[in-house]
Amino acid sequence: MITICGKSVFGGVSIGKLMFYKRKDKVIKRTHVDNVDEEWARFQKAKDTAVAQLKGLYEKALDDVGEANAMIFEIHQMMLEDLDYLESIENIIRTQEVNAEFAVATTADNFQKMFAAMDDAYMQGRAADVKDVSERVLDILCGVSAGMGEMNEPCIIAADDLAPSETVQLDKSKVLGFATMYGSSNSHTAILARTMNIPAVIGLGENLLQEYDGRDAIIDGFTGTLYIDPDEETMKEMQDKRAKDLEQKALLEQLKGKENVTKSGQKINVYANIGNVSDVGAVLKNDAGGIGLFRSEFLYLENSDFPTEEQQFSVYKQVAENMAGKKVIIRTLDIGADKQVDYFGLDKEDNPALGYRAIRICLTRPEIFKTQLRALYRAAVYGNISIMFPMIISVKEVLRIKEIIAEVKEELKNEGIPYKEDVELGIMIETPASVMISRELAKEVDFFSVGTNDLTQYTLAIDRQNSKLDEFYDPHHPAVLAMIKMAAENAHAEGAWIGICGELGADLELTEEFLKMGLDELSVSPSMVLPLRKRIRECE
Amino acid sequence: MKEFKYVITDPEGIHARPAGILVKQAAGYQSAVKIAKGEKSADAKRIFGVMGLGVKTGEEVTVTADGADEDKAIAELEAFFKENL
Repeated sequence: MITICGKSVFGGVSIGKLMFYKRKDKVIKRTHVDNVDEEWARFQKAKDTAVAQLKGLYEKALDDVGEANAMIFEIHQMMLEDLDYLESIENIIRTQEVNAEFAVATTADNFQKMFAAMDDAYMQGRAADVKDVSERVLDILCGVSAGMGEMNEPCIIAADDLAPSETVQLDKSKVLGFATMYGSSNSHTAILARTMNIPAVIGLGENLLQEYDGRDAIIDGFTGTLYIDPDEETMKEMQDKRAKDLEQKALLEQLKGKENVTKSGQKINVYANIGNVSDVGAVLKNDAGGIGLFRSEFLYLENSDFPTEEQQFSVYKQVAENMAGKKVIIRTLDIGADKQVDYFGLDKEDNPALGYRAIRICLTRPEIFKTQLRALYRAAVYGNISIMFPMIISVKEVLRIKEIIAEVKEELKNEGIPYKEDVELGIMIETPASVMISRELAKEVDFFSVGTNDLTQYTLAIDRQNSKLDEFYDPHHPAVLAMIKMAAENAHAEGAWIGICGELGADLELTEEFLKMGLDELSVSPSMVLPLRKRIRECE
Repeated sequence: MKEFKYVITDPEGIHARPAGILVKQAAGYQSAVKIAKGEKSADAKRIFGVMGLGVKTGEEVTVTADGADEDKAIAELEAFFKENL
């Protein structure tokens, strides 16, 4: 088995034969022409044919992928009729007395270079559009045609890169997936693959060899992996993954846009947990009502030094904007215990789970905390951000946090930097102490979110990492459930709302019980949103 | 000659799609229509020129129209920018 890693542009698994997209080679030679008027006319005729073809493609794309995505073929027509482009070609033909093919190839080269030299990735990607339209004219001038040839059975299309026009011309019923050596996730091919729901992996590089043509292959669009000649184990794993994905997609079709409501009409919010900006796509795809836990740790774990305010601001802002007004609950730094970062310079501890971690670091090193809070209050202007603090055990801590927030807001105000005045504040309920004093805590915050993993570990005094303890471990232990119930009653008594963002929230055996406790929200991994919605809708 | 200034708010700037719509719209006027960003200026009827400006979000552009239907062009183009960009 050969495993090649690339970049995923659309999730999903496809299994089938790999087939290389074949283009007819054409060699563009520079030849002298005597009659430049005739040569210019020959070009114009080819150009008109190309524009007519693009019109046809536009119509086809309109049906296949919708107007917004079809627009590219209208832009391609405009490119071919752009006066700068035409003047350059005419100029080369007339002044150098050369053939139209050479003039087109040279002009295309110059315009591609113009885009490639621009300073943003999106515009650089447009060089491929210039190439695509110019190749079309050249094909017509040279009298060749590109294509897939006969496709007798559905297969995975492999290529160096596919132009948008090539992608849309393929017979979709025969395409299982795309695997390309180059291309960017901004390319229209990537966009079209997503729109057409076809698993695709790009950026496989030189490892994708022509000799794999016709061999068995699997695309794992989730991880961006291409397998050639998969072994039995991989095949089995991928078949399961594919079945699960299809099931999820079917569920999505059924449940998308539906409310999280029980038969008797009780409603509950279902949000998603994420650990990185790249997860936002999965949140939206699975139709979550918001983000119930955005772990900000990745910003610290992926860096070799403290992330700056600007770095954090742009991440929080991006997530808030992408969620377009839906709630985004961002948890402040939760480093320590099992999550260690070198540059924090933390001492080694005998008992890290009970040690110097999370809010305890933030309150003793306020300079780290303030940087994050500034970024959060600034980003809150761009969407519906709430902030949540981990590992709380006392009211004093919450009051101290509020003092620091007041200082941060005062600083931002004095510096004339825009920030949001009223941001919803909440705390994690993950220590037995926070449960016991939850009535007092609820007076100080807008919401609670129960971190069931830590709450269970601290309540049962069981280390989850230690497999010897499995026989003593009961995820549904009545003590834990009683804790959640108590926190919920106290939250509601003081007008705060309460949710769960730990693993227990996704435990479908407990959904009914959580509804009875009157929980307001459950936040689960994106892939669990729809199964949970299904379960809620089955409850009385 | 008439003109207006506008700060782009579309997060993607003047990318391919709005550039295409702009060119289509501008091509409908008799007047010469130009779009400028700082020192650089382009004919708004030419897609490579417009895209080549590489206008990003937050940047200011100046749009000018010069010709018989310049009043109409400027009014309609300003409305177009506000709606699409």
